[in-house]
Amino acid sequence: MRDARGRRGEALAAWLLTLPAGLAFLLLLLAPTLAAIALAFSDYELGNWPPHWIGFDNFREMWTDRGFRISLVNTLVYVAIVAPLSVAGGLALALLIESVTTGRTLFRAIFFLPVVSLTVAMAASWQYLLHPTIGPVNAMLRAVGIAGPAWLSSSDTVLLSLAAIGIWESVGFNMVLFMAGLTAIPRELREAAAVDGAQAAWDRFRLVTWPLLGPTTLFVVVISLIRSVRVFDTVAVLTRGGPNKASEVLLYTMYTEGFTFLRLGYSAAITLVFLVIVLALMLVQTRLLDRRVHYG
Amino acid sequence: MGNAARLAVLGLLALLFMAPYIWMISASLKPTDELFRAHMALIPERFAAIENYGRVLREVPVAQYLWNGVVMCGGILVFQLLFAIPAGYALAKLRFAGRDWVFGAVMLGLLVPAHVPALPLYVAFSGMGLLNSFAALIIPSTISVFGIFLFRQFFKSLPDELIHAARIDGMGEAAIVWRVVLPNAWPAATAFAIFSVVAHWNDLFWPLIVTTGQAYATPALGVLHFRTEEAGDDFAALMAACVIMTAPLVLAFLLAQRRFVEGIATTGLKG
Repeated sequence: MRDARGRRGEALAAWLLTLPAGLAFLLLLLAPTLAAIALAFSDYELGNWPPHWIGFDNFREMWTDRGFRISLVNTLVYVAIVAPLSVAGGLALALLIESVTTGRTLFRAIFFLPVVSLTVAMAASWQYLLHPTIGPVNAMLRAVGIAGPAWLSSSDTVLLSLAAIGIWESVGFNMVLFMAGLTAIPRELREAAAVDGAQAAWDRFRLVTWPLLGPTTLFVVVISLIRSVRVFDTVAVLTRGGPNKASEVLLYTMYTEGFTFLRLGYSAAITLVFLVIVLALMLVQTRLLDRRVHYG
Repeated sequence: MGNAARLAVLGLLALLFMAPYIWMISASLKPTDELFRAHMALIPERFAAIENYGRVLREVPVAQYLWNGVVMCGGILVFQLLFAIPAGYALAKLRFAGRDWVFGAVMLGLLVPAHVPALPLYVAFSGMGLLNSFAALIIPSTISVFGIFLFRQFFKSLPDELIHAARIDGMGEAAIVWRVVLPNAWPAATAFAIFSVVAHWNDLFWPLIVTTGQAYATPALGVLHFRTEEAGDDFAALMAACVIMTAPLVLAFLLAQRRFVEGIATTGLKG
């Protein structure tokens, strides 16, 4: 009797404690997400109430919209450059820093700095660095007799330049995650491998460190993919999708369709494509990690 | 590769990574005509710091942008903690019907990037006439399912005896949350705070959508406005503005480096 009352009291307290978060969740996350999905199947434009249900028309339009296709391809190219290089770079930096005897904290701080720096401001700094005439990068190239390209204003190089900035921004983040993964590997294992004949550093990495780093690597890969699919700030600040859509990416297209052209239905449909990509990446991760992580 | 060689490689890479900062500071000290000659000396021939920084401080309401950023980040963080800590405690330590459903909702929420609910939220705030306000900047981010998840994981590892003892002393569950659990949750709370502030201080997407003009512009928007509307070709002043706006968070990072790195590493999950 007493116990039952105690349990009911506990349940009541639990619901009261969860209530504020629950309400906020419903109002600010669940309802608007469902609304975004519904909007994707409507012709809603701001100031044009009520919206009409138009089925898959938005997606059909997307399929034939050259601008959207360019945007999707650009996003995939950007991700295909930034994700692998920032993962490999992060791992290389983590291993290098682990292996030196001095200056670890300093190096870690320097490579991590871009993660905490105001992206908009650093994008402006990159704009100066990469400026075709007054930028130091092209000045250096001129000094060795090369005519540097107009990095951010030529359609041949703009995506590559943005990708370089993207890598610079995220390598330090991945490095920190890898360093956390490396400290979880017992030192004795690597020493034991050395005793067993894995003398070369490369052998020890290949036989011990790399397999044990597997879960960390998978995690970093997925995080990097998702972070790079979300590229927006640098595009909005530096190129606005130009020149001639050469740097148009998914979130920026969604932003211009929704908030410049006020075509919210079409914009929501693009958001849905974005969401499906992110969900697919997460699904891959949980499938591969299933038996290794327990949220007990 | 010996230790010295590895140090040399790291040193070179570090210089390369620092290049945007070094050139940004250098440019912010040079007079415009010197910038346009594009020679590669880092140290200016004539220091123009007073002109450049003076122009920024005269034309840009720097203090207001920084203050807006502080209010926005502070407001978001307070509500996130207020919502997430009790919910995380209930999910970790209390038995109640529907707990699995609530936790399922949290896990589901983790899958959805903030850009997805943005459109309908914008329509709602616009409909309520709340665009261009701190409410619009703060409210949509007050719920952090990631925060709930993080605190739940952390509270799971707190010993049950601690909570039993508090109950025997006659404390209610709400009192337990704020007076027993929270004082033991500082590591998780600090990590989450750093993650949250870094994310929202640097965010451009949402502030760009819901605010116009200077009144509620965050530091990120401030730099963007100055760049597109006023600076024009005056890169020296633009770089000075960038230095000023980047400095607060970078200084905080340099002062509490270990906490930042650990905070981001433990919360890296959400990216």
